[in-house]
Amino acid sequence: MKQENDKPVMLITGTSRGIGKYLVEHYLARDFCVIGCSRSPATHEPVGGYQHFQLDVSDEVAVKMLFAEINRSFRRLDVLINNAGIASMNHMLLTPAQTARNILETNFVGTFLFCREAARLMKRKGFGRIVNFATVATPLRLEGEAVYAASKAAVLSFTEIIARELAPFGITANTVGPTPIRTDLIRSVPPEKIEQLVERQAIKRLGEMRDVANVIDFFIRPESDFITGQAIFLGGV
Amino acid sequence: MPGSETSDRILQAIYRAVDAVNEERPKDQGLQKSPQTTLFGKGGQLDSLGLVSFIVEVEQQVEEELGVSITLADERAMSQQKSPFLTIRSLADYVSLLVEENEAGKR
Repeated sequence: MKQENDKPVMLITGTSRGIGKYLVEHYLARDFCVIGCSRSPATHEPVGGYQHFQLDVSDEVAVKMLFAEINRSFRRLDVLINNAGIASMNHMLLTPAQTARNILETNFVGTFLFCREAARLMKRKGFGRIVNFATVATPLRLEGEAVYAASKAAVLSFTEIIARELAPFGITANTVGPTPIRTDLIRSVPPEKIEQLVERQAIKRLGEMRDVANVIDFFIRPESDFITGQAIFLGGV
Repeated sequence: MPGSETSDRILQAIYRAVDAVNEERPKDQGLQKSPQTTLFGKGGQLDSLGLVSFIVEVEQQVEEELGVSITLADERAMSQQKSPFLTIRSLADYVSLLVEENEAGKR
């Protein structure tokens, strides 16, 4: 058992449910010190090694305060997983501008803010791993997901470029692109739409949380220090 | 402008940032802790990546020293007739200005 201050420190966004909640448990079991955040209060039972913060990922002041707290408590951050995201399935002709703004704020601006603040902390140690979340909706050009897919395309492009900007500091940045997984994010998507989407994958099944964790495990390993600016889409998309 | 005590604390914060970036530079290329030290531009000792690192360190050190969160490299800094990143003195003056504005905003 490692001492608390020897453990690698990981920050995961969007940990109140779905993949984020799963990842907290996955990495606590792997002896990480895990910090999570979400707009809603913590849904995890209080557990050693986990701290939860309630904030909106696109609120710059709140994000800076979170990182100041991480700096005070740990003086380090090893891994950032930008999992927080929102979707809104709708035809482009019926999408309100405010919905588009909300999706871009959470999915892109939130990811940008966390990457910026995390990299500032990581560069002090000359080591860091950033994993951002894309979606198969982007390469599949999924109708009904135009704004969501575009926001994630922005994340993809952003990650490819920051990978180059952060490489001199020993920080890698990569993207995982999940297929549909049974989470709240796809709760409102009709089952036939999900079936059509799965049919377009090379491997025709819904994704599992463990599929996502497996890719993240690979990206954040110390041995993956020569892997950056890459995107892995699940299911053979 | 802030009082001389605040100006001294700003200069000390900048010097701590100098110490931090010097750790990553070859020993014979360390920045001098002097107001006259040229940073970036003609005769400057930092390349563009070095300047990025230095600015990040200065912002962090100022926040730790004064509890004030400032953004040094914004459109305003870039549009100054005289770059605030020319020397440690010009940088300290610019930080003082931002700290002063931050304090005024709180009043």
